Amino acid sequence: MSPSPEAIAVAAILIVVIAAYALFGGADFGGGIWDLLAGSAERGPAPRRLIDESITPVWEANHVWLVFILVLTWTAFPPAFAAIMTALFVPLSLSVLGIVLRGAGFAFRHTAQRLQMQQLTGALFAAASLITPFFMGTVIGAVATGQVPVHPAGNVLAAWTSPTAILTGFLFVAACAYVSAVFLVLEARQRGHQDLVRYFSLRATAAGVVTGALAGGTFAELSASSPYVYARLTGIALPLAAISIAAGIAVLGMLWLRWYHALFLRGTAAIAVATVVCGWGLAQYPYLFPTSLPLATGSAPTGSLVAELVVAGLAVLLVAPGFALLYFLQQRRILTEADSDADLRLAAHLEPAIPGRPAAAPAPAGPPITTALVLAMVAVRLIRDAFSRTHRR
Amino acid sequence: MGTVAHVLAVDAVPARSQMGSSLGFHIILACFGIAFAAVTLTAEWIGIRRGDAAALLLARRWSKVMAVLVAVGAVSGTVLSYEMGLLWPGLMGRFGAAIGFPFSMEGIFFFLEAIFVGVYLYGWRRLPPWAHWWSGVPIVVAGVLGALSVVAANSWMNSPAGYTLSHGKITSVDPWSVFFNASTPYETAHMVLAAYMVTGFVVAGVYAVGLLRGRRDRYHRLGFAVPFTIAGILAPLQVMMGDIIARFIADNQPVKFAAMEYVAQTARDAPEWVGGIFINGKVYFGAAIPAFDSILVGFSPHTRVIGWDSVPPDQRPPLVTLIHLSFDLMVGIGFFLFALAAWQGWWWWFHRRLLLTPWFLVPSAVSGVAAVAAMEAGWVVTEVGRQPWIVYHVMLVSQAVTPSRGVPVTLAVILVLYAILTLVSIGVPVVMSRRWRQNTAAEEEAEQVPYGPSPAWASPASFPPPPAVPGASSGGPQAP
Repeated sequence: MSPSPEAIAVAAILIVVIAAYALFGGADFGGGIWDLLAGSAERGPAPRRLIDESITPVWEANHVWLVFILVLTWTAFPPAFAAIMTALFVPLSLSVLGIVLRGAGFAFRHTAQRLQMQQLTGALFAAASLITPFFMGTVIGAVATGQVPVHPAGNVLAAWTSPTAILTGFLFVAACAYVSAVFLVLEARQRGHQDLVRYFSLRATAAGVVTGALAGGTFAELSASSPYVYARLTGIALPLAAISIAAGIAVLGMLWLRWYHALFLRGTAAIAVATVVCGWGLAQYPYLFPTSLPLATGSAPTGSLVAELVVAGLAVLLVAPGFALLYFLQQRRILTEADSDADLRLAAHLEPAIPGRPAAAPAPAGPPITTALVLAMVAVRLIRDAFSRTHRR
Repeated sequence: MGTVAHVLAVDAVPARSQMGSSLGFHIILACFGIAFAAVTLTAEWIGIRRGDAAALLLARRWSKVMAVLVAVGAVSGTVLSYEMGLLWPGLMGRFGAAIGFPFSMEGIFFFLEAIFVGVYLYGWRRLPPWAHWWSGVPIVVAGVLGALSVVAANSWMNSPAGYTLSHGKITSVDPWSVFFNASTPYETAHMVLAAYMVTGFVVAGVYAVGLLRGRRDRYHRLGFAVPFTIAGILAPLQVMMGDIIARFIADNQPVKFAAMEYVAQTARDAPEWVGGIFINGKVYFGAAIPAFDSILVGFSPHTRVIGWDSVPPDQRPPLVTLIHLSFDLMVGIGFFLFALAAWQGWWWWFHRRLLLTPWFLVPSAVSGVAAVAAMEAGWVVTEVGRQPWIVYHVMLVSQAVTPSRGVPVTLAVILVLYAILTLVSIGVPVVMSRRWRQNTAAEEEAEQVPYGPSPAWASPASFPPPPAVPGASSGGPQAP
């Protein structure tokens, strides 16, 4: 029985979402790792500040990828989801622990003023950034080696403590650090911190070498622990693996030559990671758990799969413009004529409650355009506003 | 006592406790995720429309608090989606295909919400006023639709529909019927109203405390009036909605209704119990209003109300006393909040100004806590009342729970972590508000919140200062 086209499509989307999480979430976790390794309170502030500035804005959006992975898996492949959640209860719980600690540390660190408190929340944030990718790696390792039973009777310790799974855990940590360092090189460059460009370029190179070595090790381990996946990786998925290796080397080359092209460097690093994820997905095909649970028997009825495809389409349609808008705002550091908190404070406290006196409030910028497409409106106004300002300068 | 021992003997208790505590925590933050944007936008609207700096400042500060709460809510929400699988693999393995669709929709709406919270926070500096106001509207819409999606999943557990089962495996799914099952409209409306009431009364409660402490400036009066008005207008609607839902439950889940109202035997002229503890077939310390339950259910004392004797003992919900008292608490608080809103409304109608006497402000200050308690009690009623079923009349909780033995450990860890998260989500806004009162405007400017732009991007040190604006007093020192 071969899997239905809908099942294949949803599986492909799942792989794409995982790749996206590996990239964006990975960069995010990697930031935490570099924060952890940035050294003492005297030496560390500069890199920490850069990490903080580049992670803060997009942090939450990264988080949602994970929720999509969970929901997609349980909707489209319920038996696999139930089996993974039961057998890998321990590493999954530990990865959640990391997520909660990270969130708490993250939400509080900006408000913590005293240095000790900042250090505590920072350490929490950083340590959690290590825990979560590691245990997620062991989960993927366990799935790839086919160690997850289809009907587990409880936790299966052996599944995620095999050498392959542990290696995959370390690989994930290294890959996060690598992606993050590459992105941070560009962030530092964009902000004009030359010393930090050097700083993260060195670290990106080191992390890249370690990641490559760990990937090689995991690959070698797979030959024994998961012959099916190994055979497909050296067969049909070989081009993807080759692209990944080439891209990884290319990134190292660009760093070596100090050719910090924003698009190329970022894109090549992204390709290196994304192709590995896709290669793994292709190598597993047509199995959810290699050789024990095929896609065909493990997937949901067509109704659910089609619904997920529609959801994916909607996500692209609705979320992409929002994301673009956020990214646009983030990249364009323009100050508009809006009041600062200080203006409002003065106006509200020194000239209180005099009706009809427009204290610090901005004059209404024309009547609100009545349109159902709020999103489009905001985007249009924003673009118009941005361009008009460019002209004035 | 027999019932308590029975519950503790079931091995699903740690899992159920963990789910209950995570959900009970998350739902409070979810309320703010659903409704806080609307409250903030109302203040901003007043601010822009009337040129009211106090209202604008309130909106700006509320948006910072909103960011913190949404950040913590995102974490606890992620934990919940993990827990669906970690604790209930039996449910997800069999019904994941059905229940997954509403959750997927929620994923989209949450994504939108997170993005537009970011846009809204960035936009304070970067967008013209009305464009900025509009950038907050998607948060409001996504909040309501997200609530609809998640509550639809819970409704489905109460009124399962839209799937066919053969040999214990789902063979076809109709996502539309899953989403819009019989309970969805009732539960969703109740929850969205509850979210607005919780948010409104909590925020109003904070400023009521400020007013009681003598901070009676326009800033504090607006901070009280805006959220209180929103919550107060919805309070009577919620009371009506609750009445309609109770009748729906009497019809749709009669055993749950029996537990809510202490109907042991199916009977006509069923009395309405107010308070009381149910022990061995008798109600102690309760007041009974004769035949009133029958009247509420069918508008006639002769209406037959189904008792829990209609199902065998192993299909009845445990802890009927807890269910009944939670129900009474929810209803009681609902009427209390309604009365509070009516009082203020009465005063406003005849005097055209805010009622700000201590007699009114003290109960208003606790209205937020009361609203939270009512909402939690409501969730206890619907969740414990559904027991022993996880999917009503289809799957037992004991069939769904994980066979993994680590749950008591994760339960303990979750309790500790959520205690920390609670401290964070209460502590951060408290610390922020103290700082707003004590520190200079420049320090407030430099304040950082999750999602928000980092001060480095906006600080005059690295970029030219903002151009002077007509109508705005730019810069502190030279202003009066």
